[in-house]
Order: sequence, then structure tokens, then C-alpha cells
Amino acid sequence: MTAPRNFLKTLAYFCCCFGVFVEVSHAGGQLIGSAGVTQMEGSAGGGIVPWATITGYGTRDEQSSTAFSSFVSVDDYRMRAYGVAHGFNNRTEVSVARLEVSAKDGGTELSENIIGLKVRLFGDLIFTPWPQVAIGAQYKHGLNAKGLPASSDSTGTDFYVAATKVWLDGPFHRTLAVNTTLRFSKANQLGLLGFGGDNSDDRDLLIETSVGLFLTRNWLVGGEYRQKPDNFNAFKEDDWKNIFVSYLPNKQMALTAAFVDLGNIGGLSDQNGGYISLQLSY
Amino acid sequence: MLRLCTVLFLTLSLAACQVFTHSAIQAQDDSLYKNLGELEGITKIIDIFIYEIGETDEVLHHFEDSNIDRFREKQIEHLCLLSGGPCEYTGDEMLEVHQGMNITQADFTAITNALIRALDEAGVSIGDRNRLLAIIASMHAEVVYQ
Repeated sequence: MTAPRNFLKTLAYFCCCFGVFVEVSHAGGQLIGSAGVTQMEGSAGGGIVPWATITGYGTRDEQSSTAFSSFVSVDDYRMRAYGVAHGFNNRTEVSVARLEVSAKDGGTELSENIIGLKVRLFGDLIFTPWPQVAIGAQYKHGLNAKGLPASSDSTGTDFYVAATKVWLDGPFHRTLAVNTTLRFSKANQLGLLGFGGDNSDDRDLLIETSVGLFLTRNWLVGGEYRQKPDNFNAFKEDDWKNIFVSYLPNKQMALTAAFVDLGNIGGLSDQNGGYISLQLSY
Repeated sequence: MLRLCTVLFLTLSLAACQVFTHSAIQAQDDSLYKNLGELEGITKIIDIFIYEIGETDEVLHHFEDSNIDRFREKQIEHLCLLSGGPCEYTGDEMLEVHQGMNITQADFTAITNALIRALDEAGVSIGDRNRLLAIIASMHAEVVYQ
């Protein structure tokens, strides 16, 4: 698993997927930054939280596609996520993503495929006084059933409702974006460690939030918090947090870097480190 | 410490929701008008804005039947009034002007971007630009898809 080979593989994957959508009429009729980026599970959002935004800059008259690749490195693990998403008329989003984690000591390797569906119910994050609100689902299929604790399933679905609001003239006369998401889930570590466990086998209602401030039109700084379930007796699962900076030089590209605090993962505590993510839009 | 961050986060989100939900229709005082350079600065901004619209091919068809001199005069009056200046806007209501023009969200964004370029070129600060954009965004519903 060398890094350059992985990168080439990812790039090739992106090119194939983009090819599918080339014939569709695309444009970017929304203001820069208003699309957010792509979160680890493949939905339009922040870094770890899905937002009410539909991927890309498409308006109700347009289609939009995005591809993303994210890397996380914390004390004992590496994670990688990549995928593509398509937005239909700023109403519906379909996403496909792959999430992989490996222990740095070479022990554990787990991965899952995620299919996401999101529908914007009402509102516009900038132009209505009320927030943009969407509902979504993430169907997650684990690929390493044998590596999971016996008490958990390898496949599961998360449901969420997200509300996103942007204030163009926010604090310090800077543009502020705030998102709050309620997720109904029993996914352990996003589903990489299966669904449900010996401590709890029911879905929990979990809160997730992102706050970002545009210092300029092209630079966004902020933080995120994601509450997590805690389904195993043997080891604890902690809530996730990050602070991030995103650079959006144009509507085709967004680059995000973050410090992440993932807490206890698989019995190893204080997993802190870095996150980097690239999103391309068409 | 982590718990504190979490609490801070949620509080911030809630506070933000309460403080900034008012939608601006017009500036509360004349500070934005002054920061834009009063009538002279606003005239310069509108002149660059009209030039930038001229460079935006995808929206030009909306201006085919426009009298540019009148458009310029009304834009200056409107921007002066909206920013808190001592002007009277003698043009038509926003809804009346835009009804039947079938202005799309993409058109609105393209023209907003033309204005942003004009504000940048005129040396308007990010903060003042955001104040103005928030005022303009509050007119969105009367302009787009009417």
C-alpha cells in the first residue's frame, strides 16, 4: 500500500466517475463557498458532518458533480475516504464513497462502502430567513465482517436531518455558516467497526454541528463536533471534534486541512492528528 | 477541556442563530454609505458594475431593452438609499421591475459576482461588502424566478 499508487488509483477512479456525467448540462450558478465540501462518508457537508447542502454549485436549473479524497492520520491509525456525488437541481444528492482504516502497526484493516441519498426539503441557506433543511440516509456496507466484534452487524443505515444557515453579514462583518444535524444511528466508528454492540444494539439520536467563518470569500475557518454512539462494553467510543481551515480558490476546487480529535478508537485512547481533503466540482 | 469545547460550540451555534436572524432591508445608519465613499464612491462602484455586467455574456439578454443611462441613475439612487445615504429612489419596485424577466438563480449569482468585482475594484473592504451583500440578498425573493 504505497501512497503514490493509492493516489493514482484514486485519481483514475475520479476520472472514470466524472466521465459518466460529462454529457449532462452542468454549471455553477451558486455563490462560492455555498456548497460546503464533502464529509468523510461522502455527503456534502463539512469534514465529518453532513450538511443540508446539495453537493456542488448547481441551482434548481442545473446538475452538479463532485469528487473528493480525504486522508486522516492520528496516533495509531490512518483513514482514507474517497468518492463521488451528484446533485440534481439543488434538490437531491446521490453519493458513493469508500472508507478505509488501517492500524499503523499493520494489524487491523477495515473498510466499507457507503451509498448516500439526501433530499433538500425546504429553504435556501443564504436567501431565506429560515435555514435550508434536508433529510438523508447513508447505507453502509462493511467489507470485513470477520474482523468485526461478534456482537455487531456488518451492514447498517444512518438517517439524518440537517439544517444549514449562512449569514452573509455575520460576526465581525464576516460570512458565518452554521449547521446542525441530528443523526439516528448505531454505526460504530462510522460503521467501520460494524453496527450495534453488546452494550447497545439500538439506534441513538446523535447531534452533530459545524460552525465556519469566511475570513475572505476564499478562506473558511471553523470547527466541528460529532456525537458518537457507545455500543461496546469492551472499549469506548468518543465524540469527534475538529478545527479546520478550507481554501476555495474557485468553484472547481476546495482544499481543507484540520486538526482532529477522535478520542478512543478500538481501545486506543487519545487519537489526535491531522486531516486533509481535496474536493473537485464540475 | 473537551467537554468545554463542546458546550462552547453548541452555545455559539445557538447564539449565532439568535443574533443574526434579522434580515436586513436597509442600512440602520449612514456608516455604510460613508464607507462606500458617499455619492462619489457609489457612482464609481455603479460605473464599474455596469462595465462588469457588460462583460458577463450570460446575463446580457436581460438588458437588451434597457436604457443604460436610466439604469445607471436608478442604481446609484438605490445603492445610496440602501446603504443609508440621503437619497430618494425614484425607480420602480423590485418585484415590478423583475416580474416576467425570468431571472434565474444563476443570473442572480452572475450579477452579484459582477457587483462583488466592482466593489473589490473600488477598494471596498470585505466587511462593508458583506454588509451590502446581506442587504441585496434580502431582495432575492423579489428578483429571482418572478
